[in-house]
Amino acid sequence: MIYEFLANLFGSDIIASFISGALPFVFVVPFALFAVWLERKVSAHMQDRLGPMRVGYHGWLQTVADILKLIQKEDITATDTDKKLFNIAPVLVFMGSYAAFAAIPFSSAYIGSGIDLGILYIVAVSGLVVAGILMAGWASNNKYSLYGAVRSAAQVVSYEIPTVIVILTVVVVVGSLNLTKITEFQTSRFWDWMIFGGSIAGIKKLILLPFMVIGFIIIYISSLAETNRTPFDIPEAESELVGGYHTEYSGMKFAMFFLAEYANMFAVSAIAATLFLGGYHSPFGYFGNLTGMIWLVPIEQFFWFTAKGIFFVFVQMWLRWTLPRLRVDQLMTLCWKYLIPIAFVNFLIVALIMVL
Amino acid sequence: MLKTEQMVLNMGPQHPSTHGVLRLELELEGEVIINVKPHLGYLHRCFEKHCEAMTYPQIIPYVDRLDYLASMNNEMGYAIAVERLLDIKVPERVEYIRIIMAELQRIASHMVAVGTYGIDIGAFTPFLYLFRDRERILTLFEKTCGARLLYNYIWVGGLSHDLPINFVNETRDFLKDFKKTVIEVNNLLSYNKIFIERTANVGVLPVDSAINYGITGPNLRASGLKWDIRRNDPYSIYDRFDFEIPVGEGKHGQVGDCWDRYFLRVQEMVQSIRIIEQALDQLPEGEITSALPKRIKPVEGQIYSRVENPKGELGFFIVSKGQLQPFRVKVRPPSFINLSVLGELCKGHLIADVVAILGSIDIVLGEVDR
Repeated sequence: MIYEFLANLFGSDIIASFISGALPFVFVVPFALFAVWLERKVSAHMQDRLGPMRVGYHGWLQTVADILKLIQKEDITATDTDKKLFNIAPVLVFMGSYAAFAAIPFSSAYIGSGIDLGILYIVAVSGLVVAGILMAGWASNNKYSLYGAVRSAAQVVSYEIPTVIVILTVVVVVGSLNLTKITEFQTSRFWDWMIFGGSIAGIKKLILLPFMVIGFIIIYISSLAETNRTPFDIPEAESELVGGYHTEYSGMKFAMFFLAEYANMFAVSAIAATLFLGGYHSPFGYFGNLTGMIWLVPIEQFFWFTAKGIFFVFVQMWLRWTLPRLRVDQLMTLCWKYLIPIAFVNFLIVALIMVL
Repeated sequence: MLKTEQMVLNMGPQHPSTHGVLRLELELEGEVIINVKPHLGYLHRCFEKHCEAMTYPQIIPYVDRLDYLASMNNEMGYAIAVERLLDIKVPERVEYIRIIMAELQRIASHMVAVGTYGIDIGAFTPFLYLFRDRERILTLFEKTCGARLLYNYIWVGGLSHDLPINFVNETRDFLKDFKKTVIEVNNLLSYNKIFIERTANVGVLPVDSAINYGITGPNLRASGLKWDIRRNDPYSIYDRFDFEIPVGEGKHGQVGDCWDRYFLRVQEMVQSIRIIEQALDQLPEGEITSALPKRIKPVEGQIYSRVENPKGELGFFIVSKGQLQPFRVKVRPPSFINLSVLGELCKGHLIADVVAILGSIDIVLGEVDR
């Protein structure tokens, strides 16, 4: 809807696409700032501390102050680094995580690009992040960075497999790769959400239910690994690898990695929510429909979508400040020996149910 | 020509998990450790040479700075050594206060060990829970002697101050709350599946090899040998208290692995609580200094005296030539000797395990380098 509105306004598809594609930026950057603050507050309260308290009410401006500080910092590039790659890497990492937002439907009125291959596109551009991280690790000319980068590449590539298999499971049920269609398949009643078997009538839904729950758990675990969050944060395992691939980065380039990490956290949470928890749908109808104020519906949808995303981001933080970290070989074991076979069998069963 | 070579990775001296200024030179084949060379001496302060130029009481502040997480225990060890050299007995109240302080300090030291071990493995939260409680121990010390880390409290023949008003009640309150923290830490960390995966069967130290390396303290007991100087060579009045000596059982893997070494410290904290409670119950009134000459001048002779520190056996070998200053003071530092086994334990493990093993040995660089 917003896209059509823009196209009418400017009379040009190109300008409309451009603006529509830039809109998530307005959301992502403030969200990342908020998420960093939230993380610090969540961790602080879990650990019996107060966290940031000085800048603004309960420190809510702390991350803004941090970013201002990082912008002012000298841009240090160590002597033996590969300068070109070193400078490109943070941009590429941020690009990879930001590009994913283009195909995520925030509400029925807004999606950056409603392409039919939506979910496939997201999986593909997320791959860019790995390239950026590898670049950063290699160009830094630091052994810790290199270890972090290689670990990250191995980890993200491995964990994309169970993610994709679970996505396929959903795609098989819905019959479309378009995220808007996947969302529309689940209605604004929570028992029609994919985790409860989707809006399929009859006994089939009941049979599907347990397999969908398994699928959701797998995709959530994999998404933790893809965003390098605890218990899978080994690429930036502080106690072993100092800072991992961003050891040598400082100032705004470091901030880019930071921003990308939090943007990515929301992206994976949003994808999990879109695939399994009804995307932008409210769990129990819309206030706008009830009162006849139809224009309220997209705003409500945006609210529900962000709420779901932030809830999963919160769970990620919760896990981070509770669990220790796995070792690199245990991480691979978990992926290849458990998640992939389970996801695959799960996929086959769901496919079988759908065929019958 | 294609060739492969081993990578050398310098871990430290500025590294988040070397617990101070320790440098490890790791020879790696991929991520697998081929060899570990520890490089020491970044914190060397010539403790032993300094001692030769100072009178016996003047050495006490320097003793504090050996294992700065267990200053009370160091002071107690040194004071007992000099008292044995002088052949004097200290008043009953002094003995009890010393034991209360030493055991509180043992809890504080093990708190740091357990908490930072959690950080090494990646769990940050238990560390802060433990530090919250450690703060209360430090506050108790501060109320007693004015210092939070380096106390100069236990003197030859006595103590610098008597206990402050209400110390006994505050300590009891602390112990009551701390028992809950132990349970909390156990639930959050000790029995966590990921934590067990990371530490069980990693860095296994068999008991004979531990004896050969001269390992003492929790590390030796975790390997299965019931050897505690408080019991086996009692000093002060430890023979009056009822406490158990926990040993490694290999609950989640082999005996003497990282988990055993970690969990032994948790169990020792519980035993320390028991000792303190008994000591508080029995605490007598009395003097806090014994009659000593103004100038401490032991007769010619030598002594080796050892105590059980949180890290292991802390020994002082003092040679006196009948002067105001000792002729020679040699320390047997438990951390230094425990660190020697690191290379042996790390071989064949991954980089992440080096951190786990080093953390489980629990060294303090102030004592390693002296």
